[in-house]
Amino acid sequence: MAFLTIQILNSLLYASVLFLIAAGLSLIFGVMRIINLAHGSLYAVGAYVTAWLVGRGIALGLPPGWLFLLLPLGALSVALIGIVIEPLLLRPFYRRAEEYQLLVTFGLIQILEDSIRFIWGGTPLSADALMDALPIIHIGGLLYPAYNLVVIGIGVVAALALWVAIYHTKFGVMLRATSQDRRMASALGLNVGLVYVMAFGIGCFMAGLGGAIVVPTQAAVLGMGIDALVIAFVVVVIGGLGSLKGALVGALVVSFVRTAGIQFFPELELAVLYLIAALVLLVRPTGLFGTA
Amino acid sequence: MPLLKTVNLRKQFGETRACDGVNFVVNKGEFLSLVGSNGAGKTTLVNLISAHLQPDSGQILFDDRDITFTTVTDRIKAGIVRSFQIVNLFDGLSVFDNVALSIFSRDGKAVQMAALADHDYDVRRETIEVLGEFGLTNKLEVPAGGLAQGERKLLDVAVAYALRPRLLFLDEPTSGVSTHEKAQIMDTVSSVVRRGMVTAVVIEHDMDVVFRYSDRIVMMHEGSFLADGTPDEIRANKDVASILLGAPLAS
Amino acid sequence: MKPDPNAPRDHSLARLAAAMAPVLLLLILLPTFVETYQIQLVTYGLIAAIAALGFNLLLGYTGLLSFGHSAYFGLGAYTVAFVVQRLGPHSMEFYILIGIPVVAIASALFGYVCVRHTRIFFGILTLAISQVVYSLALKLYWVTGGSDGLRVPRPALLLGLLNFSGPRGFQQFITSYYYYVLAIFVVCVVLMWVVVHSPFGKALQAIRDNEVRARFLGLRIRRFRWISFLVSGTLTGLAGILWVPLNGLTTPDVLYWTFSGEIVFSALLGGFRNFTGPIVGGIVFTYLKTYAVATTEYWQLLLGVVLVTLVLVLPTGIVGGLSTLGLRLRKGRS
Repeated sequence: MAFLTIQILNSLLYASVLFLIAAGLSLIFGVMRIINLAHGSLYAVGAYVTAWLVGRGIALGLPPGWLFLLLPLGALSVALIGIVIEPLLLRPFYRRAEEYQLLVTFGLIQILEDSIRFIWGGTPLSADALMDALPIIHIGGLLYPAYNLVVIGIGVVAALALWVAIYHTKFGVMLRATSQDRRMASALGLNVGLVYVMAFGIGCFMAGLGGAIVVPTQAAVLGMGIDALVIAFVVVVIGGLGSLKGALVGALVVSFVRTAGIQFFPELELAVLYLIAALVLLVRPTGLFGTA
Repeated sequence: MPLLKTVNLRKQFGETRACDGVNFVVNKGEFLSLVGSNGAGKTTLVNLISAHLQPDSGQILFDDRDITFTTVTDRIKAGIVRSFQIVNLFDGLSVFDNVALSIFSRDGKAVQMAALADHDYDVRRETIEVLGEFGLTNKLEVPAGGLAQGERKLLDVAVAYALRPRLLFLDEPTSGVSTHEKAQIMDTVSSVVRRGMVTAVVIEHDMDVVFRYSDRIVMMHEGSFLADGTPDEIRANKDVASILLGAPLAS
Repeated sequence: MKPDPNAPRDHSLARLAAAMAPVLLLLILLPTFVETYQIQLVTYGLIAAIAALGFNLLLGYTGLLSFGHSAYFGLGAYTVAFVVQRLGPHSMEFYILIGIPVVAIASALFGYVCVRHTRIFFGILTLAISQVVYSLALKLYWVTGGSDGLRVPRPALLLGLLNFSGPRGFQQFITSYYYYVLAIFVVCVVLMWVVVHSPFGKALQAIRDNEVRARFLGLRIRRFRWISFLVSGTLTGLAGILWVPLNGLTTPDVLYWTFSGEIVFSALLGGFRNFTGPIVGGIVFTYLKTYAVATTEYWQLLLGVVLVTLVLVLPTGIVGGLSTLGLRLRKGRS
């Protein structure tokens, strides 16, 4: 029973991180109709920056509690990168064929992945000081780090915050208007360029936050961005690209299947996920909740 | 002799009845115009007959055969061919290839991949012949994307015509060109179609064009037929006049 | 004035032959004036060109961007490795004979699923499938050797006529294999030329340009895309088959998404809207990568910057750029 509880908690932990990544990807697609292939790499940047910041913090003798303030900082740094990338690299391509957008963001992956290697080298970077700062709790005789519960909490808060932002604020109305009809939105006097930068920035912030909260539980390693990208694709394919609800349901499905997969069929765990995605694409091409 | 018949054809989009129980008859060999204001249901009717849309209910008979549930490909094989309101060409291909492809497709040769398209002299001859009828032989190697609007309109019709249809639907073949060009295009199209003895249904807004070229005119309004007759009969019809002038219908 | 329907048009085979002849002559004479290392590089380049040529039938002619062509390349390579391990005969012809049907069947199966979608969904599906194949190659290590991969010794060529053992075996193999690959390359180029200029090829371009209208010419869109995928995957797979004896080893790296990226990159570099673009791109990319890897550890970064710059500044690629330049010069002169 305790074992099952821990498996469920682990799934929820993984789902929180996946949701953050996939919701960012989906938000950007929903508003701008662009697939940012470098999204996973931005998540990796978030993880690396956070781990690095935590390392600096410890070197400067910050008390453990303060280190938690570095998490949002890691996420913000990714948002900043996003705000630079969108007008510089993506904006010239909105009117061009989709191939070019994909190619540019593909080039961006190569740049980001190697920049990470250039700056932080090949050795994994960890931030487990944050995990150690919180107690280990007992669940029916088994030990479980309380930090994991914090991650789940952050995932839930992020989902709620995003939902409120999109459906209950003026900014959300602007986002949705732009996503439905860009030209109409611009004719109504909306600053579409600004909406795009902000949407892209928020999407990147979420990817960065995913990386920031995951890095205390597992070290940042090279290649983590690509793995995240591919899994995030599976999530949005299952849930439906451009749908917030879809990202949530997709993240839950993927994380539970994956946790079970690691238990029962570790060799085929990834293959099973792709199989599910392929089946969903065949049966419901737009995903469970997609409209695109 | 009816070639095409629709029986009580219906199609609804939400609350809008785009086709409200239409009984449409096209006779062999005629040049028919389908007129009516925007949103009258003309394009929907053509979409239904060409299998671009599925009807909610009703029947479509072609040559007395029920084709309501056949596919696009089946209908093209049967001889029902259409063009689109917005010019729909293969912009990256040359004028020649645009028309040649119709012929390859019609003859079931489009799947050949071990032979050079240009070395099929039967298709070449026919392509040049068709383009000759539309006066486009001096543009053979020009990419379709590089043609002027009037020429694009003609090529659009030529691509459809090259399929050798028995029933050809042309959705606004003269929209978006100057009045002068309109006449040129319609002269060419109507003479080719009549010479080829193809039955044609044209959706058109310009009433001068409609009266001048049609054998018969059918007027649609809010999803149903309002009037049906020769140009002279239609000219005399008061309802038609009031709709064309935008005045409310006398009830 | 009516054009003569029997007059040859400019896309004739004769023109292709005339354009290829000088290049071919240069390639044939190449081993007489460059060292073995360069020959090896050019062979890699020709193989990359075959892969990119196959890939571009989908991107350039059918309008479908695949991010998963590493799967077919890698399947070709691994099939050869399996043949070496299980069946024995070290004959290149035998590898090709077994390898081609395998990659063709895989392309047909995966393609059948992928062509149900277009645009980004097609891209995601191809990527996902290739990542499945990759993860299988990595995890089923008792069959695939895991990340160590599988070794492939130098095969005999021409039904055992040419064997390469002994002290000068390597040099001899490289030179002979160069000509071997060159011959297959020429065959592939001619075949692909015929395919894209066949009625089928024209139909693909029509579908690329305007799917709706193509359907209303009576073309069965999905079937055309499927066959295109099949031919494309098979050709890229053939490149993988040819690659593995030269490399001597196949690892999951050739199944990884970055390798698909390299194929995409090659096609773009040369220009995917041109027939010759991916050929030039494949060869230039091979050199670019070799020298980038030699000069910096961060060659991916370098390639990324080149890719982004290319898309921004020269989206038509090298061949596209050159032909635009040529047109301008000709206009300027007259």
